[in-house]
Amino acid sequence: MSALNELYQNVILEHNRSPRNYRVMEHGNRRAEGNNPLCGDQLTLWLKLADGVIEDVSFQASGCAISRASASLMTTVVKGRTEAEAEELFDRFHRLVTGKLEQGESETLGKLAVFSGVSEFPIRVKCATLPWHALRQALAADASRDEAPAS
Amino acid sequence: MTVRGAEGPGRGTLPPRAVPAEHPAPLPARLTAPAPAWRSDFPILSTTVRGKPLVYLDNAATSQKPRQVIDAISAFYAGANANIHRGVYDLSERATGAFEEVRLKTARLIAAESAEEIVFTGGTTSAINLVAQSWGRSTLRPGDEVLVTGMEHHSNLVPWQMLCEQTGAVLRVVPVTGTGELDLDAFDRLLSERTRIFALVHLSNVLGTINPVGELVARAREAGAVTVVDGAQSAPHLPVDVQALGCDFFAFSGHKLFGPTGVGVLYGRAALLERMPPWQGGGSMIATVGPEHSTYAAPPARFEAGTPPIAEVIGLGAAIDYVQQIGLPAISVWEHELLARATELVAEVPGVRVVGAPARRASVLSFTVDGVHPHDVSAVLDDEGIAVRAGHHCAQPLMARLGLPATVRASFAFYNLLEEAEALACGLRRVREVFAA
Repeated sequence: MSALNELYQNVILEHNRSPRNYRVMEHGNRRAEGNNPLCGDQLTLWLKLADGVIEDVSFQASGCAISRASASLMTTVVKGRTEAEAEELFDRFHRLVTGKLEQGESETLGKLAVFSGVSEFPIRVKCATLPWHALRQALAADASRDEAPAS
Repeated sequence: MTVRGAEGPGRGTLPPRAVPAEHPAPLPARLTAPAPAWRSDFPILSTTVRGKPLVYLDNAATSQKPRQVIDAISAFYAGANANIHRGVYDLSERATGAFEEVRLKTARLIAAESAEEIVFTGGTTSAINLVAQSWGRSTLRPGDEVLVTGMEHHSNLVPWQMLCEQTGAVLRVVPVTGTGELDLDAFDRLLSERTRIFALVHLSNVLGTINPVGELVARAREAGAVTVVDGAQSAPHLPVDVQALGCDFFAFSGHKLFGPTGVGVLYGRAALLERMPPWQGGGSMIATVGPEHSTYAAPPARFEAGTPPIAEVIGLGAAIDYVQQIGLPAISVWEHELLARATELVAEVPGVRVVGAPARRASVLSFTVDGVHPHDVSAVLDDEGIAVRAGHHCAQPLMARLGLPATVRASFAFYNLLEEAEALACGLRRVREVFAA
């Protein structure tokens, strides 16, 4: 498989065409914007977080196939996970797309492993990680408020 | 370097185009595919990318360098390197002489009245910032207006925004029409006796639009404004005569003109440069320095504080020699033919939309592919060895006006071939296949 076919695997092309969880969330409690000023990619991410668990996640974006597909796949894998699990997934995903994953580790990434081809295109790492950065921002956004005693 | 005869490959079927009226330099007979004669001077053009011959179509970002430029820089470091304007020894005197000779060559390239009107800067960006911070900051008062256009590169917009914040002046913007041209009626409405500075781009880096600079500059000067022309894109592609254009300042970069990065040029009308305070202080720009006060050197030295990019200026000189040997009139005629053919070929690909339709255009072709983001277009083209730019091209206000987050931009130089335009169209068909768009 050429580097290009490795980058644009069918799963990625399919998620780009029909992204999952692509909607505005009416009753979420977290929201973050992701943008890449160098290329103009923009993304809005919504979360419904309850007791440290991502109950629901959705997004809308204008961007390339890699960033849209990455956002779409991310929403499918983090739904139902705890914040800590999402962080841990991001860590592995980041190492996947930057080519720093240990041998055998990619199997633990499940569907996200389709992004392995990104590591051959360093400039696209930002595209693939844009939704993840937005997710981490959303998770961190209101942390202080959550920790404050309810009034 | 000679221009090939009338027989040759790639003869287009397009009607002859009118020569841009602002560039009355004599033109040679119509050219046909002369590029191969020049290509062998550019070592990088015979390299491969991802296993395919490089098709370099990102000339608006930076141009490739001929061996003559690479060799000139190398020879300077190997045999003539010294700091300039200070050493009382042969090597320094030779370096100074070579450096100052390039000032004269640059003046001739753009038809400046004298070499003293040429200031070497770090690039177009620093040239424009120099005008804003020296002329602009010392003359603007609250309520004065700076007029720019809606198709400026950020480098001819942000310095004026900063200046307005610093001085209380007001920024006005000439809008862009649906075809990607300046709205001239709006220009007339916006121009007033409050307009102190009018800054505009000569050739748009996004749409390739050639603006009617001479006409607009004349009206702006009549209104009492100082005029600044961003020539970063025009200098490598069109014959430029600053006296015919009538502008007060004209800025361009060495690296887009087949020279090295790190050097640019600010042309300034002598009468204005003489009245301008220095922008940056340091060595070389002074007349006398006392503990509390200094007096400043005459232009252009006043604006060249510190050790200049000496080797880069030498490289720029070699680039100017190279370009002058071919001749900018010949270059602009060939590129015009190439761009017209490329536009046809690209527009024939289903789903491809060319952005903008200005009456006068050079070098640059922006387009979108339905259902495929420009970055993905660029990635597929890259797999074919084709280098294009995808993004907002440092012109976000223009992109907003066009209603596009990004475009794909192919930009041509005189060494590009018709075959490369064909490769681009072919690559775009593959984009459609990959994305089943």
